[in-house]
Amino acid sequence: MTTSTLLLITAAIAMIGYLAGSRRALALAGGRSSSMHSRPGYYGSFVAIWSALPAALLLGVWLIAAPAIINSSIRGEFPAEVKAQSQASQGLSFGMIEGIARGMRALSAEEAAQAERNPADLRNLMAARGVAIAGDPEAYMIKAANDLNSMNARSDLLRNVAVLLVAVGGAALAYRLIAPRFRARNRVESVILASLVVASSIAILTTVGIIASMLTEATHFFARVPAHEFFFGTVWDPRFAAAGATASEGQFGLIPLLLGTLYIGFVAMLFAVPIGLFAAIYMSEYASQRVRSITKPLLEVLAGIPTIVYGFFALTTVGPFLRDISSQIHGLATGDYSNFIQAQSVLTAGFVMGIMLIPYVSSLSDDIITAVPRALRDGSLGLGATRSETIKRVVLPAALPGIVGAILMTASRAIGETMIVVLAAGVAARIQLNPFEPMTTVTVKIVSQLTGDLEFTSPQTLVAFALGITLFIITLCLNIYALYIVRKYREQYE
Amino acid sequence: MNMMTEAAVEKALDQRMNDLSYKMIGKDVSVYYGEKRALFDVNLNVRQNTVTALIGPSGCGKSTFLRTLNRMNDTIDSCRVTGRITLDGDDIYDPAIDVVELRARVGMVFQKPNPFPKSIYENISYGPRIHGLARSKTDMDQIVEASLQRAGLWNEVKDRLQESGTGLSGGQQQRLCIARAIAVSPEVILMDEPCSALDPIATAKVEELIHELRSNYTIVIVTHSMQQAARVSQRTAMFHLGQLVEENDTDKMFTNPDDQRTQDYIMGRFG
Amino acid sequence: MSQVVTPTATAPVARTPRRDIGLKKRYAAERRFRAYGIAALSFGLIFLFVLLWSVVSKGYTAFQQTGVTLAVEFSEKIIDPQNQRASNPQVLLTANYPVMARNALANALGVAQNDRAKQKELGQMLSDGVRSQLRDMVVADPSIIGTTKTVTLLAAGDIDSAFKGQINLSVPQENRKVSDQQVGWMNKLAEAGALAKHFNTGIFFNGASSRAEASGVGVALIGSFYMMLIVLVLSLPIGVAASIYLEEFAPKNRFTDLIEVNINNLAAVPSIVYGLLGLAVFINFMGLPRSASLVGGFVLTLMTLPTIIIATRAALKAVPPSIRAAALGLGASKMQTIFHHVLPLAMPGILTGTIIGLAHALGETAPLLLIGMVAFVANFPTTPMDPSTALPVQIYMWANEAERAFVERTSGAIIILLLFLIVMNVGAILLRRRFERRW
Repeated sequence: MTTSTLLLITAAIAMIGYLAGSRRALALAGGRSSSMHSRPGYYGSFVAIWSALPAALLLGVWLIAAPAIINSSIRGEFPAEVKAQSQASQGLSFGMIEGIARGMRALSAEEAAQAERNPADLRNLMAARGVAIAGDPEAYMIKAANDLNSMNARSDLLRNVAVLLVAVGGAALAYRLIAPRFRARNRVESVILASLVVASSIAILTTVGIIASMLTEATHFFARVPAHEFFFGTVWDPRFAAAGATASEGQFGLIPLLLGTLYIGFVAMLFAVPIGLFAAIYMSEYASQRVRSITKPLLEVLAGIPTIVYGFFALTTVGPFLRDISSQIHGLATGDYSNFIQAQSVLTAGFVMGIMLIPYVSSLSDDIITAVPRALRDGSLGLGATRSETIKRVVLPAALPGIVGAILMTASRAIGETMIVVLAAGVAARIQLNPFEPMTTVTVKIVSQLTGDLEFTSPQTLVAFALGITLFIITLCLNIYALYIVRKYREQYE
Repeated sequence: MNMMTEAAVEKALDQRMNDLSYKMIGKDVSVYYGEKRALFDVNLNVRQNTVTALIGPSGCGKSTFLRTLNRMNDTIDSCRVTGRITLDGDDIYDPAIDVVELRARVGMVFQKPNPFPKSIYENISYGPRIHGLARSKTDMDQIVEASLQRAGLWNEVKDRLQESGTGLSGGQQQRLCIARAIAVSPEVILMDEPCSALDPIATAKVEELIHELRSNYTIVIVTHSMQQAARVSQRTAMFHLGQLVEENDTDKMFTNPDDQRTQDYIMGRFG
Repeated sequence: MSQVVTPTATAPVARTPRRDIGLKKRYAAERRFRAYGIAALSFGLIFLFVLLWSVVSKGYTAFQQTGVTLAVEFSEKIIDPQNQRASNPQVLLTANYPVMARNALANALGVAQNDRAKQKELGQMLSDGVRSQLRDMVVADPSIIGTTKTVTLLAAGDIDSAFKGQINLSVPQENRKVSDQQVGWMNKLAEAGALAKHFNTGIFFNGASSRAEASGVGVALIGSFYMMLIVLVLSLPIGVAASIYLEEFAPKNRFTDLIEVNINNLAAVPSIVYGLLGLAVFINFMGLPRSASLVGGFVLTLMTLPTIIIATRAALKAVPPSIRAAALGLGASKMQTIFHHVLPLAMPGILTGTIIGLAHALGETAPLLLIGMVAFVANFPTTPMDPSTALPVQIYMWANEAERAFVERTSGAIIILLLFLIVMNVGAILLRRRFERRW
């Protein structure tokens, strides 16, 4: 019986429990539903919850605990010389045993017997059945595989019986509790409330998960590479060690990546902030209702376009355009038609990212500018100030804290942006100031370290988590500070 | 008894339009908010160096009329004004008239004190600065001091000119707003229920101030309180349902009004 | 009694002299400021159009594919020279089908069989995809061996590009991918009506292929569909449940505050961080398979939840308290009030928020790269546990290919993605319009 069939049967029991519970409630009421505390459906639901919930919990615990227990008991049976090997190679052996166990189930009884007598045949036998095994199995592995199979079978059987017993037992217990004065609705509602609480704690769990998982992996990294070399290193060169060679693991300096990230983010903000701010000012202070109702959603379309599309745009349109135009300019000036802007460059990535950020700046500042009370505007206009004087000298200074908050939020987006820089910024990690040359960012390196074959023990892979937690902390600080500023700003005018 | 002919009346009226003792003249002024009409052909004149009070129940159009006098209604998209309003004989709704210049000549004080979130000094110097009225820092200091003096606020704030204007009490804030309006040296000051958000003591101070300002400025004040109108104004106009019911000397208005509705309102029968 | 009020005895005062308040300069500044605003706004809008235009102009041709209709002889000599297909079905799978196609092309153009150089160039005109196309025909119906059938074969990517006019033919032929000879043949076939553009169904249904002309977003669409389904099934109930708790039940204490701040921050965490979370927790710790849309769905669910919670809370807040009071006053429990009255009224807002969250998730790329969805998957995934890819990831992979034909494919895939996003967003807008309530 598979897990899903088991779940189906449990659900069926709960369903029957629901019907039986409602029936009994109706029967007890004897036609006068007011003599019961709750409507019959609540009694039914009560029975159903008592049958399904404990059973599902048990099943969940079993699914997590059983493989771990079986795993450790199989490993406990490993021959001494295998136990002496490293954890990683023990893991490999266990993986192979699992493969053999899968294969054994596919073999017929006599083939299995033959394999046990002669392990060397096993690989061929299994290949004939379409099961591939990584290496030549050793003798102890076949026994372990058989053990594994029988333990799994026993565990499954036990699990099925236990889960079904709990389901039926829970239903029976709840059924017996049904009585006129029994407050089924309150019980059911408290279960619902509990599930609401569980749902909202998922937000907390996600944060905890992010921090815990990244911290764990990053600690593994810092065990191999000293933290100061990572945080203050100026060279990024994580050489993938050749097979067998463990000597050179390369250098993992964060500085060039961080500088690239900040530089590209800065260029992006250079485009996005003035444009977004002026667009917001125009839309909130000058534009007629009609113009506003058209331009505002259009501008927000820019925010709805996936970043991969911007990346592609940068790669195929903006980059080549800047490269060609730079070679034209250079040619006109000196006669030498060589380009001084690379197709992948800080400028390309920053410019396209700037376009992407325009709607963030404009819609955030629009909200903030419109929150400035009308009385202030009237006060200034009433003194004979022009509109632009009112905006420059009264509205903007009043809105400044909020706008700073909006800009910080946008900056955190710029720093965490991935797809545009992956496609348009280049991969060369270097420290330089020319915006026409490629630089790389933290996010680009996270992607490049984690695509391809992974090995969770090498610093080349683990460094991605150290980069990730750095990124997470920077953006978190920016966001918390920005949220704090904006919240204070809003309170001022409420 | 009345020896004047129709023609003579016409002539007298025409003369009035040009009479310089009338600072502002409104003729057949109507205001529409979209489809809704808020004012119906109001004819009201504002005399030089006089306090004119506009009274009437809420929603009667008195604030609307006030806001037409310096075109503050322009800031509301759906608002439309018809008729003629002149300032010193010039039609202020004429396209040749500049709204910024108009508002520099016809200042406004609002119902709720609305100091800018800046220092007291900057609040006062804002108007002179945008209009370029001060040639130097000392000039500006003088303007600020003189305006605050006139508004009777100088002694209270002279030691904290760099503190925020929003930190003052409600009454002080309103006098700050009046000082801010004076600093531009307007010819007319419009006040839209300037005391409605203030306590009695602050109200008394503002009323006293209005009284003193009268010698130099033409003032139009909208007020909800009949007592206030009686205390501060020389002329009173009564609005009801978007129409001007009666305009008269304040003394006469509160003792022996010509119109039954005015009498009822003053006696407190509605409003 | 005179109706004319006589003026009081104030002496006429001279007109106040006009002051110079620098109007000219100030109005110039006003106009400049306004012009900056218009310039900024139009800059943003212009780039929106440049971006869309650049994608559409590069990509609309991807929905047409050049095909060559030829009479292909399913010659037994080529497919199964030793006639052993009855005993060894493998023969049919490994036969040299491209030769068959090349011969058919040679026949159509009258090129001699022994001209090796020309034969080679001919072979390059057809896609490698013909191998599987013809093989599938034969395997499905071995009886066609020995007959001649009219088949429309895919032209090679370069020929496709040339036929669509995307290759500059004025460049010397050494520097371009199609020779003059091939262009000549191409034009000849086109005149004969054999070579023509057809609507490209392959781009919607094919899996990954190293050949641009044979590749499509089929696998990616299935992967994205699974992921959207998982996101919807998980994030809607969880998001709504969390919002109901926070909005209606949560006591105002520090823990609730913490959750609040948390959710706001999660909405702003860079998406790539969710990818790292997925990699560490779902793949490394829980041992779920890499490249599976199940893991992708989980990661995107976590990413979408904050958006949905924020939207749902706003929708719940918008339901006026009078409705709650009315229900509670009739003796409904708080839970009944919420589930019978508040939630149904808030539903349009919740669904709108959910659709917008889903649209965001659909376009998200970075976290999926980390959980191994950058995979060359040619087979259709049958369950969410199978390796698969996603539409934006497919775009990323194609964007990294150098060939001209892949640029076209990429833009085509982007158009498909954008169409989905437009449909979702328009749906959200319509939903809002249709059910919008004003209290």
